[in-house]
Amino acid sequence: MSLYFTKDHEWISVEGTSATVGITDYAQSQLGDVVFVEVPAAGTAVEKGKEAAVVESVKAASDVYAPVSGEVIEGNAALEADPALVNTAPEGEGWFFKLTLSNPSELDGLMDADAYKTFVDGL
Amino acid sequence: MSDEDFQEPEVLLPLDAWHRAHGARMVPFAGYSMPIQYEGIIAEHLWTRESAGLFDVSHMGQLLVSGEGADAALEALLPGDIKGLREGRMRYSLLLSDEGGILDDLMVTRRADDFYLVVNGATKIDDIAHIHEHLPEELTLNHMDEQALLALQGPKAVDALARLVPGVEALSFMTAGAFAIAGVPAWISRSGYTGEDGFEISIPAEAAEQVATLLADQPEVKPIGLGARDSLRLEAGLPLYGHDLDPETTPISADLGFAISKRRREEGGFPGAQRILAERAAGSAFKRVGLIIEGRQPVREGAVVQPDGKITSGGFSPSLQKPIAMAYVPAVSAVPGSTIAIEQRGKIFTGTVTPMPFLPHRYHRQGSSK
Repeated sequence: MSLYFTKDHEWISVEGTSATVGITDYAQSQLGDVVFVEVPAAGTAVEKGKEAAVVESVKAASDVYAPVSGEVIEGNAALEADPALVNTAPEGEGWFFKLTLSNPSELDGLMDADAYKTFVDGL
Repeated sequence: MSDEDFQEPEVLLPLDAWHRAHGARMVPFAGYSMPIQYEGIIAEHLWTRESAGLFDVSHMGQLLVSGEGADAALEALLPGDIKGLREGRMRYSLLLSDEGGILDDLMVTRRADDFYLVVNGATKIDDIAHIHEHLPEELTLNHMDEQALLALQGPKAVDALARLVPGVEALSFMTAGAFAIAGVPAWISRSGYTGEDGFEISIPAEAAEQVATLLADQPEVKPIGLGARDSLRLEAGLPLYGHDLDPETTPISADLGFAISKRRREEGGFPGAQRILAERAAGSAFKRVGLIIEGRQPVREGAVVQPDGKITSGGFSPSLQKPIAMAYVPAVSAVPGSTIAIEQRGKIFTGTVTPMPFLPHRYHRQGSSK
């Protein structure tokens, strides 16, 4: 299993050709209290860098982008009942969706945990 | 996640360092750096509803109008009964354009020697220019830019403040007076922007840190950011200038007819009186209403009411645990219970017109118990 990060503050955990996507702890802390999440349905084709999900805090709506292209296997249904999971467990139970990678080479441009930490420290 | 690209504003308010030391996240607002939140908007919101929240609203404009005939001069700009306002009483009013559009909303208080006005931060420079232009020469307009303004809001605000300012509990809603807090001269009113009982406290900027610390040290009190200020005022049905009110809206379309005092309605003589009084009789084409939105996803300012109208404020209500909004809708739809279709980012939402406030006001009115 390998973990990657984007400059848009998504994380992607990859195992073979499938992966789980969520937003980082930094992202949830910037958003504040999350009150609504819309995740893509199974079968949705997502494209690297394009909107894949919506997260709404008390004050604003934000798009969550697909870190890589692929087909959604599952959206996290738990977020519908308990969107605050994004705040309490952003990199665990608060995951957004799982997908099958269509082009694993897209992972090459992403950051690892150390690079992401350096990136965030510089913000 | 989209990046928020905030530029650092140049002007710092008196409590800037104090907010940072208290863990605030600062954002640009009305040209200032302001605290958006401390521990989190929902926690701060609920704390204010059940205890007391301390808000720094020093970005707002504090103005003094003085001189003989100041009441008549203000009545030429506002639709409120200013002549009939007794000393120590305050009134919500509107700065109107000649066309009857709303240039700003404000509070005006008659004091012994002057009128004290609190206007919005984002509009204060324009307000000052407008008032100055229309004020007879013998009157004086002062911008008290050396004053800070704090708001202490919530059901326990009176307990916290009366401990520091004995006698302040005698004020009732929409009255004000001169007090001292730890030796600092303070002009205190029983008013606010949350729908709760509470106070607004005007103090010299150099004493702001001392007073803010003293207030925040009270067990009932936590500092509250602008984020919760917005969700609190939305639940209270109170419009926000620049969003729910602007020069294109009139007191009638904004459902603020109460701000046109009876005598002024009868006499006219305020800017836009002809249009506003005609609208009052015949109704305006659009009306500001409250909406409860179906589901959990909020609609935001800018969402489109179908077939005609717009959302001017919207968010998630922490107290009601559902999305609420303010909108301008055609008069025919501006009836409680009527359902409204709203389009946002290609998706259709359903809202139900709901009387405001969404949550009952809990003001300390004169003659009420406690």
